[in-house]
Amino acid sequence: MTTIQNPQTRYPEAAILADEHVPAVHIWRDFDATPQQLMRAHTDPDLFVQWIGPDSLTTHIDHWDCRTLGSYRYVAARDGEEYAFRGTFPSVGEDRIVQTFTWEGMPDAVALETLTFEDLGEGRTRLHAFSLCDSFEGRDAMLSSGMDVGLREGYAKLDRLLTGGSL
Amino acid sequence: MTDQLSRVFAALADPTRRDMVVRLTEADHTVSDLAAPYDVSLQAVSKHLKVLQEAGLVTRSRDAQRRPVHLEAEVFDLMTKWIERYRRQAEERFSRLDAVMARLQDTETEAIPQSQEGTAS
Repeated sequence: MTTIQNPQTRYPEAAILADEHVPAVHIWRDFDATPQQLMRAHTDPDLFVQWIGPDSLTTHIDHWDCRTLGSYRYVAARDGEEYAFRGTFPSVGEDRIVQTFTWEGMPDAVALETLTFEDLGEGRTRLHAFSLCDSFEGRDAMLSSGMDVGLREGYAKLDRLLTGGSL
Repeated sequence: MTDQLSRVFAALADPTRRDMVVRLTEADHTVSDLAAPYDVSLQAVSKHLKVLQEAGLVTRSRDAQRRPVHLEAEVFDLMTKWIERYRRQAEERFSRLDAVMARLQDTETEAIPQSQEGTAS
């Protein structure tokens, strides 16, 4: 992994990078909280369900065992539509969570996510999420927002651009 | 099609190529123009250009002798829009997490009245 980071860089808003060498996405974000508090928000299902979102969907936890070798499943619903996500936790440490992530609509596409909480001091913590997909195709589908219809429109538009002869 | 998409993401993941793309947003450049600010060989710059070309991000006109490099802004905009939308969704999630953190801190302050954060208050 060659992720060059300037130590002065701050991430008051989410920053994102599509990795060049492996089918992965990096996200960084700084929080006004301790690593322990952020860990709690990721491991305690009552807290997790409050922020995982999105706002337009209601999320409920179907199964939750957030510890090394545990697993989870949650369902986001809106007007009878349901999107279920599930995975396992290969490793849950003090400031690091490794989990697999699968949308049940594409059960064969399993991503491996590593969340790290870095103490920045003065009650601030940097979250780094590294999501490794099993193919570049899967990574790009994730980046262009999986279940959203906008994706199809986006592909269609890119298709037109690329086959229009102008390129 | 996703192969194409992968090529665009890969092309933009490299800092030198990103920098080249940024400079091309201002104007077309010849290869030697483009190479000037970098401490790398012309071959290395050509290699970067080839990656950008294969991704459909840049083209080179065939007729003009200098064959200037031209940014295909439409493809570039489309890609950055998609990434930006993904980033925005992540940011919305993290804003909700901010709120959860704030509530958590309030609860902890209530639960532990004796402050452990220094002596001054």
